Amino acid sequence: MKQRTDDALFEQYQIRVNRDKKIVLTWQVIILIGFFAVWEISSRLYWIDPLIFSSPTKVFNLITRKVIDGSILTHLQITIFETVLGFIIGTILGIAFASILWASPRLSRIFDPYLVILNAMPKVALGPIIIVALGPGYASIIAMGIIISVVITTIVIYSAFKEVNPNYIKVLQGFGATRRQYFREAVFPATLPAMISTLKVNVGLAWVGVIVGEFLVSKEGLGYLIVYGFQVFDFTLVMSSLILIAIVAALMYKVVEKIERWLIKHTG
Amino acid sequence: MAFLTLDHVSHHYFSEKSYTKALEDITFSVDEGEFVALLGPSGCGKSTILSIISGIISQTEGSVLLNKTPILKSTMAIGYMLQQDYLFPWKTIMDNVCMGPKIMGTKTVSTTQKAEDLLEEVGLTNISSTYPDALSGGMRQRVALVRTLMTDPKVLLLDEPFSALDYLTKLKLENLVSKLLKEYNKTALLVTHDIGEAISMSDRIIVMDANPGKIAKCFEVPIELRNEEPFWVRRHPKYHVLFEKVWNELNKDDTISSTQKEVESHNETKD
Ligand SMILES: Nc1ncnc2c1ncn2[C@@H]1O[C@H](COP(=O)(O)OP(=O)(O)OP(=O)(O)O)[C@@H](O)[C@H]1O
Ligand SMILES: [Mg+2]
Repeated sequence: MKQRTDDALFEQYQIRVNRDKKIVLTWQVIILIGFFAVWEISSRLYWIDPLIFSSPTKVFNLITRKVIDGSILTHLQITIFETVLGFIIGTILGIAFASILWASPRLSRIFDPYLVILNAMPKVALGPIIIVALGPGYASIIAMGIIISVVITTIVIYSAFKEVNPNYIKVLQGFGATRRQYFREAVFPATLPAMISTLKVNVGLAWVGVIVGEFLVSKEGLGYLIVYGFQVFDFTLVMSSLILIAIVAALMYKVVEKIERWLIKHTG
Repeated sequence: MAFLTLDHVSHHYFSEKSYTKALEDITFSVDEGEFVALLGPSGCGKSTILSIISGIISQTEGSVLLNKTPILKSTMAIGYMLQQDYLFPWKTIMDNVCMGPKIMGTKTVSTTQKAEDLLEEVGLTNISSTYPDALSGGMRQRVALVRTLMTDPKVLLLDEPFSALDYLTKLKLENLVSKLLKEYNKTALLVTHDIGEAISMSDRIIVMDANPGKIAKCFEVPIELRNEEPFWVRRHPKYHVLFEKVWNELNKDDTISSTQKEVESHNETKD
């Protein structure tokens, strides 16, 4: 008898949870459809200028055509490649710089004001200089992706290093450990979660750097398509590129989130 | 025969704007196999003394001798157990326990076996591959004790090792530690706030004053209490006599009323 009422209560709870989920999902779908419907209708009825804002059907047609003839894929691949590389190198370099600063307190004191300046500086403003230095190609675009994330990563990770509970180090000091051993045994593992959480921030930053880089130099990539569409007044192309960027960026974010969860599980 | 000697040791903590004199003219010595308790108000420099002896910091004046040689940096001969356990949460119990040998580069195949044996001795079996999160406070403290014992230190420095534990666990661990230390004939220095703990575990009690940290008085623990288990010491008539003396020394500047004192002393013994 008792068991039955417990089960019944649980069932009711499950029903409530499921209904809640359904309501949320329904609204999400409504917003998505509503957005495209309003866009389509206002474009057809000339409430907005269809030449500038295009319309979902035109965008959809363009994307399917370009997927079928394969021309969009190279652009997609290149942008993804640049973003992933910029993101990985930026993160690794940031962690490496933070480690160097930690290794030498004097060096970190010396560099402190410069880090502040670099951090305050809008990195995309360096674009033209990077292009002049590295030439108008992938290298410059990837460099943009790196430079935009590396400074903030250095600062965040370095301050995480400094916040490691000093008592862990005391334990090691009691055993006569060297500074390198403190780092390996205490500082690095203690800050691994902080490093992992910079991944998510950095993937977003790398996108900014790469798209700006493509605006400036490239002959390929989604950022280039946006600029090209703008120049030839093909706003359907611009909108299509934006939608593709939104989709790919969201997918990449999800993948990083998965990696993050995996790392936390297998290192924590 | 003095094994560990502090000779006119003072310590200043310097900062950019000022300095704190944490210790002033500390002189005492500890014989081999002796168990000494340090008792005193918060901030009187008890932890500073242990940090100096362990070689983590160096005193600003005076000298510290172990076996007649000055202590200049951390050595294997001294094991320091911090106030809280500070087990590394990302390492298994086995890796935590083997930390000392690993750092010192003395880790061999037999290290693991030794760790297992010591863990068993403190009543922990089948936990070597779990992580510290999975353990209770008392278990963690025992693991920390094993970690300290793994390097075979001749001198053990215990900084309030039981302060974060409930009363029952504390009593059990006191028994265990005092049994182990006697068994291996270790020299030990225990920092504590608990008069009962000081009396029941040690051979001698050093009471300190604060601002700056100085030795106020030393008390010998009566011979009858020394070889008893800590739990039973607390029921001995001589325990109460000494408790009263130490209490008075610690509160000699306070205007605490004698009734309040009685209540506290009573609580301490029954708790
Ligand atoms: N790293 C430090 N820098 C500056 N001052 C310090 C430092 N460590 C301790 N002190 C000061 O030195 C004095 C003694 O500190 P210590 O930690 O040795 O006291 P304690 O007797 O262990 O206290 P408690 O019982 O609270 O643990 C205190 O006044 C403290 O403020
Ligand atoms: Mg202390």
